Amino acid sequence: MTTTLKSLLRGRSELGVGALLLLLGVLVLTDALTLDADVTGRGPVGPATVPLVVGCGLLIVAVLLTVDVLRGGRGEAESGEDVDLTEPADWRTVLLLAGVFLAFAVLIGPLGFPVAGALLFWGAAYALGSRHLHRDPLIAAGLSLLTYAVFDKLLGVPLPGGPLMGVI
Amino acid sequence: MDSLNSLIDGFGTALTPVNLLWAAIGVLLGTAIGVLPGIGPAMAVALLLPVTYGLEPTGAFIMFAGIYYGAMFGGSTTSILLNTPGESAAVVAAIEGNPMAKTGRGAQALAAAAIGHFAGGMIGTILLVVLAPTVAALAVDIGAPDYLALMVLAFIAVTSVLGSSRIRGLASLLIGLTIGLVGLDQMTGQQRLTFGSLQLADGVDVVIVAVGLFAIGEALWVAAHLRRTAGEAIPVGRPWLGGDDVRRTWKSWLRGPLIGFPFGAIPAGGAEIPTFLSYVTEKRLSKHKEQFGKGAIEGVAGPESAASASAAGTLVSMLTLGLPTTAVAAVMLAAFQQYGIQPGPLLFEREPELVWGLIASLFVGMVLLLALNLPLAPVWAKLLRIPRPYLYAGILFFAAVGAYAVGGEALDLVVLLVIGLLGLGMRRYGLPVLPAVIGVILGPAAEQQLRRALQISDGSLTGLVNTPFAITVYAVVVILLAWPLLRRAITRRTPH
Repeated sequence: MTTTLKSLLRGRSELGVGALLLLLGVLVLTDALTLDADVTGRGPVGPATVPLVVGCGLLIVAVLLTVDVLRGGRGEAESGEDVDLTEPADWRTVLLLAGVFLAFAVLIGPLGFPVAGALLFWGAAYALGSRHLHRDPLIAAGLSLLTYAVFDKLLGVPLPGGPLMGVI
Repeated sequence: MDSLNSLIDGFGTALTPVNLLWAAIGVLLGTAIGVLPGIGPAMAVALLLPVTYGLEPTGAFIMFAGIYYGAMFGGSTTSILLNTPGESAAVVAAIEGNPMAKTGRGAQALAAAAIGHFAGGMIGTILLVVLAPTVAALAVDIGAPDYLALMVLAFIAVTSVLGSSRIRGLASLLIGLTIGLVGLDQMTGQQRLTFGSLQLADGVDVVIVAVGLFAIGEALWVAAHLRRTAGEAIPVGRPWLGGDDVRRTWKSWLRGPLIGFPFGAIPAGGAEIPTFLSYVTEKRLSKHKEQFGKGAIEGVAGPESAASASAAGTLVSMLTLGLPTTAVAAVMLAAFQQYGIQPGPLLFEREPELVWGLIASLFVGMVLLLALNLPLAPVWAKLLRIPRPYLYAGILFFAAVGAYAVGGEALDLVVLLVIGLLGLGMRRYGLPVLPAVIGVILGPAAEQQLRRALQISDGSLTGLVNTPFAITVYAVVVILLAWPLLRRAITRRTPH
């Protein structure tokens, strides 16, 4: 029994998509059903109607997708000019990039945009395989300072300067 | 003649120094983006949304339109010289353009493509000038049920025409609709899917969704599968055409728009289908059939002309009906919403300066693009040498800037990353991204129109189909839905 289940699941990570859709559908339906029913608001269609429809739709699509995958259907991975689908996916790079990005979200408050932004670019370029010890940080710093200047001073979109800009 | 006068006024708007500058920036950025692999026009416009917070709308849309047209021009350069299309619309250009470049006729291929884009864009934009006010006038008194019908059409069209799997398109649309539900209900103020979070009560900003799905999702997906050995571009001189080539291509340039424009105006996936149809047509009509596949110049000229004309067709639907038929139009619609402007039939009445300035700037941009692309093609080709780590690190960087600029919240960056990871997963499992974006942008509006229509009819469902316009649109929807069945029935009946 377990072996057949295993062989059924092998290479079918796409079933996870169906599971996620199912979960999302349940979430939307629960939220819609727990809405305050007394506030029907104006008009015959209350705030819960559309979420109910969307939630049911998600459940149906989850089932259809699962059936499709079990019958051998496959979602076509997207191709692109820099995408090489013949190699196995390099999830380490993706994790590193996500980490660098999260670090930026944490650091932009205390360090300000110019420093955090430079770290983001440098870190991302490093994660993607660039190993120029001098060129990478210089480009990162230049890009970050220039962007800060253009957005904050020229376009009037405020970005936090942080302690560095306080000194300058 | 009314539209001619309005167009002349539009040129008055478009030719002011500031707006000329925005048009120039737009076409330059657009060409660069078209040439660069990995960045499409939709991603570029999404990344630039925050830049426009400090801009007035006319300048912003002139720039966006320049990017859209410019990316079409630039995309063919990559196709021809590298055999890897920079844009999906330029896939067909590689079929004939790349063999031409390999046999030393790259300059002619680039010229045929550039002039094709110019011709297609010009003819398409003229059709836009002629048709758009008429469509807007016809649609001017459409009400809530009609709007709802149009949005349903947009939903069904993007899910069933695009991509290879309808189930996956539908899944993507529902994900988008769900994201659109987050926040306060517009009519009753009830919190939906907020889980008590104050930040989520404001809803998820469309900019964050667009940047997350188009930019972060794409960059992460490429990072997972980065090609280690980048292709070498074929060196090329300045584009030019001999008399023989012109005699072979001028008809193709004129035929392309006839195919491209109508396909751009309907939600059928943008420029991919018309460029392919144009290629097939050129092959059938050519006197040099034996050259097809080995570098026939008509196979570059026709499809490229069709591609640019389809961009003009897309603008007709977007400006007159508020119906986005491509990813770029969807993001531009989000930009309209940011400015509190509702594209649709009333746009021509309420914002004549914006609309006609935008249309006039298309003509200006086209001339700028031709002037830029013919002499500068070898320079643009150098962009292909940019190291890929810098390119994708740059995309992440600007996506982060954009998301932060929306509200100055670090939490937005986390939401952006989550949506980016969602975009990564969608690319991995073949869920098209566009339906999700359309769902987020049009979902809340569709819900409002639905409730408004039912309010008027006092809850009776007939209130949704009580106008000829709505009935027509729903008929189209039914045909789209039934199409696979119809096709099966037709192919079964015709003998082999």
